[in-house]
Amino acid sequence: MNVIEEAARYALLGAAVCFAVGLHLMKSPATARRGNLLSAWAMAGAVAATLTVIVARGTVTGTGWIVLATGAALGAFTGLRLARRVRMTAVPQLVSLFNAVGGGAAVLLAIGHLLDGDAGVRAALPGGLDIVIGAVTFSGSLIASGKLQGIVPSRPLVFKGARAVTLLCAGSAVAGVLWLSAAPADPAPLLLALGAGLAFGVAVVLPIGGADMPVVISLLNACTGIAVAMAGFVLDEQTLVIAGALVGASGAILTKLMADAMNRSIMSIILGGFGTGDEPVLAGPAGPVRSVTAEDVAIQLAYASRVIVVPGYGLAAARGQQELAQLTRLLEERGVAVDFAIHPVAGRMPGHMNVLLAEVDVPYPRMKELEEANAVLQQADVALVVGANDVTNPAARRPGNALSGMPILDVDAARQIVVVKRSMGHGYAGMDNELFADPKTGMLFADARTALAAIAAAVRTFSGPKR
Amino acid sequence: MNTPMLTAVTVFALALLIGFAVISKVPATLHTPLMSATNAVHGIVLIGAMLVASSADDALGYAIAFAAVAFGAANVVGGYAVSDRMLHMFRAPTRGEEEEAKR
Repeated sequence: MNVIEEAARYALLGAAVCFAVGLHLMKSPATARRGNLLSAWAMAGAVAATLTVIVARGTVTGTGWIVLATGAALGAFTGLRLARRVRMTAVPQLVSLFNAVGGGAAVLLAIGHLLDGDAGVRAALPGGLDIVIGAVTFSGSLIASGKLQGIVPSRPLVFKGARAVTLLCAGSAVAGVLWLSAAPADPAPLLLALGAGLAFGVAVVLPIGGADMPVVISLLNACTGIAVAMAGFVLDEQTLVIAGALVGASGAILTKLMADAMNRSIMSIILGGFGTGDEPVLAGPAGPVRSVTAEDVAIQLAYASRVIVVPGYGLAAARGQQELAQLTRLLEERGVAVDFAIHPVAGRMPGHMNVLLAEVDVPYPRMKELEEANAVLQQADVALVVGANDVTNPAARRPGNALSGMPILDVDAARQIVVVKRSMGHGYAGMDNELFADPKTGMLFADARTALAAIAAAVRTFSGPKR
Repeated sequence: MNTPMLTAVTVFALALLIGFAVISKVPATLHTPLMSATNAVHGIVLIGAMLVASSADDALGYAIAFAAVAFGAANVVGGYAVSDRMLHMFRAPTRGEEEEAKR
């Protein structure tokens, strides 16, 4: 190893350390942006170091340079454009898309390296795993992204014999990896592993419903990390191993958190075919419910001293975040304290709702996590539930139903409750929400955006003394 | 199992532990930017793609290298850019709001 290569290795190790420190800085919103920038600079350093190495090696052909430059320029341009333009509601599909390209790149470099022939037996097993895991991530993430974007139907797509196909794909993938370890430079096992992995990704994600996406994205994120770590084994690049492991750990933690918050095992989500997601099934009311008008709600809110808003995905679906922010500002001007209680699965990926609220200028200390929110909900004069359903259903505290054991927001502890909802439709668990029949609850049947705008307009008309 | 492989597996295991330790401290509020930032971190695959591109010398090799480098670059640039955009939105309350909240 010459001096340049050795220096580059140290630079890459430094970059890996910065990635870990950057993630550590995400422990608080105050330092998170700095952490991300540190990580980005470290990445730039790693790329520069690698560039120096390949220049020094002098093995890159003229065509090779053109390929490198145009590939990098095209990728960077597309990535930047997507990142700049994406609406915050569409971030989950973008993250999913980046999972796909990351996994895809890991697969491609393993294929390129193995086909080169000088990889040796040592690279064969991690190479095979890289190809399979990366291929699953690539196709699975594309399907997930398509479902979130609405290109692929978000309801679970189940067809006869789907399980058998999935099992067949998994079996072929394992066979491909084993065969590849025996014959590293042979294209046949390589193609088998690749094809089986791609098919498995499609077969696994298609039957999963839209509302399970937070788990799916987190899991695919973890898989991408592992695929990249495997690519590190193949190329003997420790930085890829470290970075991949960090991402894998992060994805694993988020997957577990999301599955717990939904009260479902990761396995049952992967096996899929449950949970239709956004489309409410129209059903009759559970019991007598009290219907209220926007003006009633405005009075309740305007004369409260503490309001806690419980936003759900219905708010984002109706694009009512701006209206919610306006209402919040009006109430705060009147001296009402407004906080937001956010359930972990309120959005389409972990923490999604927080980003949507941050976008409309809600300061982050007002966003309360589940436990924090439950501690203050009993002091709330009014809990305003907008577009959330299952995560507020007190039935979860009793055994023997679909929601039993799911961590919920204790909205029923508030003195008064207002639920903004389009209809009495069921949530994703298909159950009546007992909260709606609570005598303290007033139901405002309307689209979230229209309702919030109407409430805000009514609050504006009060000239009563500010408190 | 030979030594370089063993070293790599050791590094992998330790890095996983660091990952678990660091990530478990990230508050739920930041989980989306966290995921998009880790997304960018796995864009490190770009340097692997560059190394593979550096030894490519036939049409298939060039095609694979081109796609891998493009994917990797999109991953890195897009991942960091969108994370930064989101983190920029997370703001602390201004002084006035702080006092308001205390009353």
